[in-house]
Amino acid sequence: MKVSEQEAVASAARELGVFLERRKEQIARRWADAPLFRAVFTDSRDEAVEACKAVVDALSEVASAGSPEDIAAPGFDQVREQLGRMSGSRTRTGAGPAQIADEVAALRAPVVELLRAEATDASAPEVAERVLALTLLMGTLRLVVMRTALGSGQELIARQREELLEVATPVISLREGVVVVPLIGTLDSARSQVVMESLLESIADRGARYAVLDITGVSTVDSLVAQHLMKTVDAARLMGAECVVSGIRPAIAQTIVHLGIDLGSVVTRATLADALAYALARQGVDAAPDAGAP
Amino acid sequence: MTSAHPGDGLTVPVLALGRTLLVTLQGELHDRTAERLRQDVSHRIARSGALGVIIDISGVDIVDSYLGRVLAEIAANARLLAAHTVVVGMRPAVAVTLAELGLTLPGLTTARDVEQGMEWLARRLPAADGRGRGM
Repeated sequence: MKVSEQEAVASAARELGVFLERRKEQIARRWADAPLFRAVFTDSRDEAVEACKAVVDALSEVASAGSPEDIAAPGFDQVREQLGRMSGSRTRTGAGPAQIADEVAALRAPVVELLRAEATDASAPEVAERVLALTLLMGTLRLVVMRTALGSGQELIARQREELLEVATPVISLREGVVVVPLIGTLDSARSQVVMESLLESIADRGARYAVLDITGVSTVDSLVAQHLMKTVDAARLMGAECVVSGIRPAIAQTIVHLGIDLGSVVTRATLADALAYALARQGVDAAPDAGAP
Repeated sequence: MTSAHPGDGLTVPVLALGRTLLVTLQGELHDRTAERLRQDVSHRIARSGALGVIIDISGVDIVDSYLGRVLAEIAANARLLAAHTVVVGMRPAVAVTLAELGLTLPGLTTARDVEQGMEWLARRLPAADGRGRGM
């Protein structure tokens, strides 16, 4: 029973494949007016028709293989990139995943129309079988589109996260020999690592003697982050620069004390202005050759 | 221990600039070379009465715990011989590694480059000189 049903679906799918191949031109021309294709290929209708033909080809190949429900069918491989680009450009113009899914679903109706118009008896059982196979196939296409759309969405998120890491940790040259890193937001280990690396790189590049880590905009600090700050200060000292941490909020100061972290070896100042004044004063001492030891 | 032989012949040159010794380390340092450098610097200070030692490690990619200890020992030896040691030009990657290892070399003075190291010594030397004359 089950096997014969599968066979029936497969044979209907094969017939559907032949039908799709035969009516490719017509289907493509109808699809080119559908919102999904029209919104993506705004420049030329021919281009949209070509893109539609490629999709129909892929569907026909998958249907001819007798497996309309196989998302990973090799037939989809040649249009996967194209579908990804289409869903990507729809997403950029503000269409949500649900809307894209609806637009893909809307492609089914014109084909069903053609399918029924072709049959002499629209209520014959084999027509119903073919419509069923088409429905399965279009459902699979919808899944393929959604999968590529989600994949590109995830890539976007990963790229933005990376960009955010870099954008969120600028190293500013305040004066010759003084660099400042204003930290804003939540510090986690990954970000602390980026801060450490970019700060040390800029100390090396700009020959800075003083580096100010301003954490006014940081709302929470845990022991791991505090350790990272300590390491940054140590590493900066090894490179011949002095690190000043400024803008520790009262709540963070309490946390640090509660955690038992010893910041004794780190120079701290209440505000960025104080830290800058400290660095400048020290540089002033540096400029006078006979002043006391640092 | 054939691999140790190429390192045997190598010595790190120690240049004298006035009363300052300049040591430039390059590339990878064999343990033996490092050990030899430690002795060389001590002898040179004792012989020449140098008041400052600058160790430039800007050409060093990797500083392991051994080299870190040798640097600290050179500084401690020099201190006993009335000379100040400044380690200059540490690369960011090296500094990160040492900080991660917890080798913060607390007794060591550091500077960005040779010039800043010389400046630091220049501020220190009059005092050291005075002490030297008093002895």
